[in-house]
Amino acid sequence: MELLRFATAGSVDDGKSTLIGRLLYDTKQIFQDQLEAIERTSLQMGNEYTNLALLTDGLRAEREQGITIDVAYRYFATPKRKFIIADTPGHIQYTRNMVTGASTADLALVLIDARNGVVEQSRRHAFLASLLRIPHLVVCVNKMDLVGYEQEAFEKVKAEFREFAMKLDVADLTFIPVSALHGDNIVDRSPNTPWYEGASLLHHLEEVHIASDRNLIDARFPVQYVIRPQSDEHHDYRGYAGTIVGGVFKPGDEVMVLPSGFTSTIASVDTFEGPVDEAFAPMAVTIRLTDDIDVSRGDMICRVGNQPMVGQDIQAMVCWLTEASKLTARTKLAIKHTTKAARVMVTDLQYRLDINTLHRDESADALALNEIGRVTLRCTQPLFFDEYRRNRATGSFVLIDETTNATVAAGMIIGAGA
Amino acid sequence: MTTTYELSDLDQIEAESIHIFREVAAEFERPCLLFSGGKDSIVMLRLAEKAFSPARLPFPMMHIDTGHNFPEVLEFRDRRVAEVGVRLVVASVQQSIDDGRVTEETGPRASRNRLQTTTLLDAIEEHRFDALFGGARRDEEKARAKERVYSFRDEFGQWDPKNQRPELWNLYNGRIRQGEHIRVFPISNWTELDIWEYIRREDIEIPSIYFAHERPVFERDGMWLSDSEYVTLMDGEEVATRRVRYRTVGDMSCTGAVDSAATTLDEVIEEVGATRITERGATRADDRVSEAAMEDRKKEGYF
Repeated sequence: MELLRFATAGSVDDGKSTLIGRLLYDTKQIFQDQLEAIERTSLQMGNEYTNLALLTDGLRAEREQGITIDVAYRYFATPKRKFIIADTPGHIQYTRNMVTGASTADLALVLIDARNGVVEQSRRHAFLASLLRIPHLVVCVNKMDLVGYEQEAFEKVKAEFREFAMKLDVADLTFIPVSALHGDNIVDRSPNTPWYEGASLLHHLEEVHIASDRNLIDARFPVQYVIRPQSDEHHDYRGYAGTIVGGVFKPGDEVMVLPSGFTSTIASVDTFEGPVDEAFAPMAVTIRLTDDIDVSRGDMICRVGNQPMVGQDIQAMVCWLTEASKLTARTKLAIKHTTKAARVMVTDLQYRLDINTLHRDESADALALNEIGRVTLRCTQPLFFDEYRRNRATGSFVLIDETTNATVAAGMIIGAGA
Repeated sequence: MTTTYELSDLDQIEAESIHIFREVAAEFERPCLLFSGGKDSIVMLRLAEKAFSPARLPFPMMHIDTGHNFPEVLEFRDRRVAEVGVRLVVASVQQSIDDGRVTEETGPRASRNRLQTTTLLDAIEEHRFDALFGGARRDEEKARAKERVYSFRDEFGQWDPKNQRPELWNLYNGRIRQGEHIRVFPISNWTELDIWEYIRREDIEIPSIYFAHERPVFERDGMWLSDSEYVTLMDGEEVATRRVRYRTVGDMSCTGAVDSAATTLDEVIEEVGATRITERGATRADDRVSEAAMEDRKKEGYF
């Protein structure tokens, strides 16, 4: 069975938690005890109907304030696919949570209230989905029941959204008119929207083609851990364990190890079950080479004829994730990129992006919490990277404050150069 | 031969878990694998074996022993530990009680569930563990749905749900100061059904109490509790022998059994697929205390 990871964005008022509750409920993923618990709580809170949003708002503070604070992960399956939902809160102060949820998603689901049309928040969600390179974007135009299931209302939102999306890099865009509260077009096509000829939301999630989203061309293997058994049986074993983040590796392949530049040949690709004929992303394997060369954690194994960029100067978009400090030129931070840890200095903040208008403010001299900008970084050691748009694993990094140890920024590499 | 280069859902979550095990082994000085002998920790152990094969696990295992264990599970634990060939640390709640670190609850509903937290935190301090692998899954409970893979704990072992580190892509931030530690949850993205399907696929041995068997039980709070020396019957509670199995394995005094006829893995999986009650809701008295029982215990340093 295939696995689809998707992120949802929308505020409480858009009915996002209700939509997720509906998906879980209609696919029979909600258990009796969970339902009884939220029925009790709904009653106690004076809700007129069972508040499906309570299924996803798990923390005490969330229930008390009626808001979603953190990314929550939900799981459900149909006979066709398994799904992992990263449910992210929509308010501006939670941009960092949406970025977190979006980082591993194959698909983003954005909710728009049919009565209000495209609002600032919708634009922000669409922008973040495109920034994080989520390949598929689904816009659910919700609360269709409150606009009399009128096609006109749906088309208006669609046109508005398309106009904004044209400025973004969205590969696959789908619109679905729904009512999360009543279940229209969630699992089955609704008789209330006879003019809508597309698939229901669940059907779309089950069928959207994701297999070709992976990069099977650029072979990339960041060495994670060196396996050297201290036993007589495997006395001479030396294997490089890691997760393939791009391409295919097989015994006999000519490979190069970065940063040394030494070349060798793959002797075997090992797993617990034994050697395999070939391995591809995102498999976790152990690679052995025919030559005894110096390889350690943080190195990268790639093909001789297809290497990542290597350099200490990097151009990237970063999203600042903390309110405790700001990013400015000359800020020094720790970086984690693939399996490599190093230090960086911000050499330049080129601009801050207004994520509602996409305006570039070149006079900005700092990035605060939830702000996004383009920076140049100077790293203490060479990194081995690809553009984020080409490879999400070798093109992404996080920045860590060395004093507080907090993760303070998420970065997406645009290219090399100062 | 043409391949589609597609990984099944189980292969994908397996790869993700192996990645996490290796990442921790590479970046921490003193990791430790929590092992209870329950199905989740059994799957964890297999994943750890896979991550470092053909070498042994590069870290010890630890069992927080409440003293109220199912004997079948203890026997299983010792056999499995011997097979894997690593050191097992047993941290005993009884010892914590004898040392006066905690006070035993009294009354018929007395449980050592909450006392485990002190035993666990003391053991972490004594052995100076800086990373503990736990088998918690996000589908288990609503507070756990918001848990990170790397869950930061301060020097008091506390979890602060409002101040978690953002976790992006598969980049984990394991930086800590002296005395702090990280709880690592490699099977965060697995569901109960995934665990069972994996056990079947990998042909992994599990303790016998997961299969239907005859057991003297009594009903309390809508659950079948095993009649044992660790529980005191209350008025009106009557012991009867029933055909049951366990969905989770915890302390005998607070883990309930469910009626079942499932004697094979296939039958268990069929039952799990058809059940309408969550595993913790069906079988764990410790989670029934309040809506936020798990959240509160986690903040104190629980698993």
